[in-house]
Amino acid sequence: MSSEKIDVRYVAELARIALTDEEVDRFGEQLGDLLAHVNALAELDTNAVPATAQVIESRNVTREDSVRPGLEREVVLAQAPSRQGAFFRVPRIIAE
Amino acid sequence: MAGMVELLGAQIARGVNAREVSAREVAEAFLARAVAVDGRVGAYLTLLAERAREAAARVDARVAAGEQLPLAGVPVAVKDNMCLEGTRTTCGSRILEGWIAPYTATAVARLIEAGAVPIGKTNLDEFAMGSSCENSALGVTRNPYDLERVPGGSSGGSAAAVAAREAAIGLGSDTGGSIREPGAFCNLVGFKPTYGRVSRYGLIAFASSLDQIGPLTRSVEDAALAYDVMSGFDPMDATSIDRPVEPAATGLRTDIGGLRIGLVRQFDTQGLGEEIDEAYDRAYHDLQALGAELVDVTLPTADYGLATYYLIAPAECSSNLARFDGVRYGLRVDGADVREMYDRTRAAGFGPEVKRRILIGTYALSSGYYDAYYVRAQKARTLIARDFDAAFAQCDLIACPAASSPAFRFNAKSDPYSMYLMDYYTIPMSLAGLPALSVPCGWVTPDGGSAPMPLGLQLCAPLFGERLLLGAAHAYERLTRHADAHKPALGEVAPT
Amino acid sequence: MSAREKYVPVIGIECHVELKTATKMFCGCPNEFGGEPNTKVCPVCLGMPGALPVPNAAAIEHMIAAGLAFGADIPAFSKFDRKNYFYPDMPKDYQISQYDMPLTQGGEVRYWLDDGTIKSCRLTRIHLEEDTGKSTHAGSGDGRIAGSAYSLIDFNRAGVPLMECVSEPEIHSAQDAVAYLEALRRTLLALGVSDVKMEEGSLRCDANVSVRLADAKELGTKTEIKNMNSFRSVGRAIESEIERQIALLESGGRVVQETRGWDEANGVSVSMRSKEEAHDYRYFPDPDLVPLEISREDVERIRGTLGELPWQRYERYTAEYGIGPKPATQLLDNLSLARYFDRIVAISANPQQSANFVLGDLSRLANENGIAIADSKVSPEHLAELIALVEAKTINSKIAKELLARMWEGAGSPKALVEGEGLAQTSDPAAIEGFVDDVLAANPGVVADYRAGKTNVGGFLVGQVMKASRGKADPALVNALLARKLQG
Repeated sequence: MSSEKIDVRYVAELARIALTDEEVDRFGEQLGDLLAHVNALAELDTNAVPATAQVIESRNVTREDSVRPGLEREVVLAQAPSRQGAFFRVPRIIAE
Repeated sequence: MAGMVELLGAQIARGVNAREVSAREVAEAFLARAVAVDGRVGAYLTLLAERAREAAARVDARVAAGEQLPLAGVPVAVKDNMCLEGTRTTCGSRILEGWIAPYTATAVARLIEAGAVPIGKTNLDEFAMGSSCENSALGVTRNPYDLERVPGGSSGGSAAAVAAREAAIGLGSDTGGSIREPGAFCNLVGFKPTYGRVSRYGLIAFASSLDQIGPLTRSVEDAALAYDVMSGFDPMDATSIDRPVEPAATGLRTDIGGLRIGLVRQFDTQGLGEEIDEAYDRAYHDLQALGAELVDVTLPTADYGLATYYLIAPAECSSNLARFDGVRYGLRVDGADVREMYDRTRAAGFGPEVKRRILIGTYALSSGYYDAYYVRAQKARTLIARDFDAAFAQCDLIACPAASSPAFRFNAKSDPYSMYLMDYYTIPMSLAGLPALSVPCGWVTPDGGSAPMPLGLQLCAPLFGERLLLGAAHAYERLTRHADAHKPALGEVAPT
Repeated sequence: MSAREKYVPVIGIECHVELKTATKMFCGCPNEFGGEPNTKVCPVCLGMPGALPVPNAAAIEHMIAAGLAFGADIPAFSKFDRKNYFYPDMPKDYQISQYDMPLTQGGEVRYWLDDGTIKSCRLTRIHLEEDTGKSTHAGSGDGRIAGSAYSLIDFNRAGVPLMECVSEPEIHSAQDAVAYLEALRRTLLALGVSDVKMEEGSLRCDANVSVRLADAKELGTKTEIKNMNSFRSVGRAIESEIERQIALLESGGRVVQETRGWDEANGVSVSMRSKEEAHDYRYFPDPDLVPLEISREDVERIRGTLGELPWQRYERYTAEYGIGPKPATQLLDNLSLARYFDRIVAISANPQQSANFVLGDLSRLANENGIAIADSKVSPEHLAELIALVEAKTINSKIAKELLARMWEGAGSPKALVEGEGLAQTSDPAAIEGFVDDVLAANPGVVADYRAGKTNVGGFLVGQVMKASRGKADPALVNALLARKLQG
């Protein structure tokens, strides 16, 4: 398990959260503390242990391919922070 | 009708079904109570007065038409991370302020269908992340038993509303203890069913593999009533369990004679303080005195519960909360391009605890750390679940504290990790998906306070063991009556 | 050796195919192309707080069918994962996809070229995911993302079931790449799992292109080409990229790994490279969904519904029936026509003659009348009769053509017509000689011209004899007799 310092700035970029320098320092310290606690997991021998993604073992929960009523467009667009006609509007997208 | 708000949910339903009292009268009494005391308690973010009156009128009409409804006219406080069509739903966050839910959560819809009357939407730690309600961006909620103390969290608003008699039943959600801990803090029964028993559709996700809706009530019977109504498969939630539910509210057992109750040996060493340790010892002794056989069990991996939880829950939350991006709903802080708009919106919209968890979760899933953190936590989760399996080979139920302390004062836990420790006793059950509840088990007067504060005993059953769990809690409640020892410190309220 | 010949192009194709279902992948909104913006949406496909996905069983079956058609394995266990990245037309800012345990594993696409060469290309992966919404970039004049001032988003497409299908880089020409895509498209159409229309976006594809020296072991640096809107433009774009890379290498330059957009109007690709940010998709199992266990019974049930696949039909038509690659492809590209054809062949002994009729005169009639052959009044049984009459030389091709035109109008059995109207071909030399003698006697001038060397008038005389026989004379006999008598 890693003990290296978290690159908070990089992680915040991935998470799309702008951080101030002060927040970078504070969160860096707090997350470092938490990781120090979390690193205790390295003590467990988990080599032969399967991972649990879901605690209840259900399978194949699907639905029939039949149409259900959706939402009225005005109800949907009334919530939009910015709209133009029938569309949601966002600032320009810089291709990545 | 000053006495009306003292009625339990089951009593209200009986009265309304018998047409001794109308749902409308009940709703008015609880609305008046909320208006009178909520300025001090701060349980509600939104009071749904008109909606409650309409819902109550519909219940009265149905009862008049001959229907008998399990929750006829029972006023319900709904945690504000559950959708109710046409009402604002905030998650206690700026990022959702002003958002009007366009649909209703399945659990809420089932309660309403069963005759419950939604009184209001209650405060919570932002996105249900916290153990004191102090992480809400939208308001302060106080513990009705001592207004200087927190109500617990994250379902603190619903707990405070029920404790303050502003609702008969509160709806909460529990990811790592968010129903059980505020239940303990507010002298209530706080019940988290087996993961998947109650549909999560319409519950705004914190950690999908852990979140579970459950009731906060002033009696085990009320918790069982609400559970019976809410539980069962929902085609809108692929993780809800498609398996018949054994109704729990009818024929609740009245004794615990012959039950084997496991005490977790390594939990004793936690040392909660002499007064609290003694209170729990008395509770265990009471269980024995009531006929239960106490057995020692071990949960060797449970000590790793916090570490496991604080990887899995943040990892899931980092993904679940990505959708709050300023595009379709909620807050937007504009920027020169989409990227800047995202960064600014999320910086302004989320509070520090939510940011911390998104960051740690993003980190735990990121390239190079996934196996070391996320996968290892999932494996530890397997070990914890196996520990419970082994323990339940020796006992029928497990008993332990519901929280690491009674309700504490505001700002007492400034260090995030000390707050996380509050859920030390509840997280292992959450990781294993087990049904668990807290039931009032005594009173202490902590850290120089003057008001006695309640303690909660946590009982935990094997998967799908709700009926046994609620039955045992009901018997314990009947035989001990700890909840009745003190009333909330709000004084009498003028009759309406 | 030219520069072109020194290099081997290496091409891999990545396709996104929208599956044809009534509803979206994880909600009950209609899965339909187009429509008023933001009208086919619900809390689930808009990524509203609290909404949860529930998988569409039909989409899962489509995936299994496609996997089986490509000869892939269907593992017993599969799951959905989240692919995390922010994009405004992706409602949840993660895409539900499949990472390490997709519904199908392996497989190959068998394709063929115009000259009949059969090839195959292995699949790296096929998995099931959800489509995004659609962004329209505005404020730049040309609708492109670069230089746009803002974007408008329609979520009607968000959540449509999408099959991602990635080929191994083992295609070596633009022509092969197009043939690969055609075979992929044919297969999915035949299965009925997708409309596979590039113009409606139900098939979208990108190409990874690199070149290496013929004797080199290592692959060259690849580029990814996007924005092709037809198979033809895929071919052009790949060819252009091969040329570009070779020219670059020959002039001492090097290929830069990048994404390039194909500009169909100008026939060039343009670098789309912006700041290169390493993607970190943070895949993890979607905790809102439970794993899928695919029973062997289900796999066999679905296998039983596949029917004959296009490449199997192609091999039957070419290898078994001796039909050429082009007509065989023409037939199987129209499934109802191919089925019609198969019914004729089941009765008639001559598949090649059947193919000629179906693709020739019958297709012409169908086109002229705007009616599909399968819906016409010409039943396969009657057409088989007609072909048998021609085969047996009972009628000649001219009569056959006339009969077919009448059958199209609903005249019914050609055999009955021939018998009822005495249309059978006359092969009696004595009878034909009588017609010939009559015609020669009636046209002394023409006969003289012919004998004077104007042999081109022979055709006129043949026509007169045929007319006198009411078209029934065996044309071969007519020719032979006329030639003998004119020379005599």
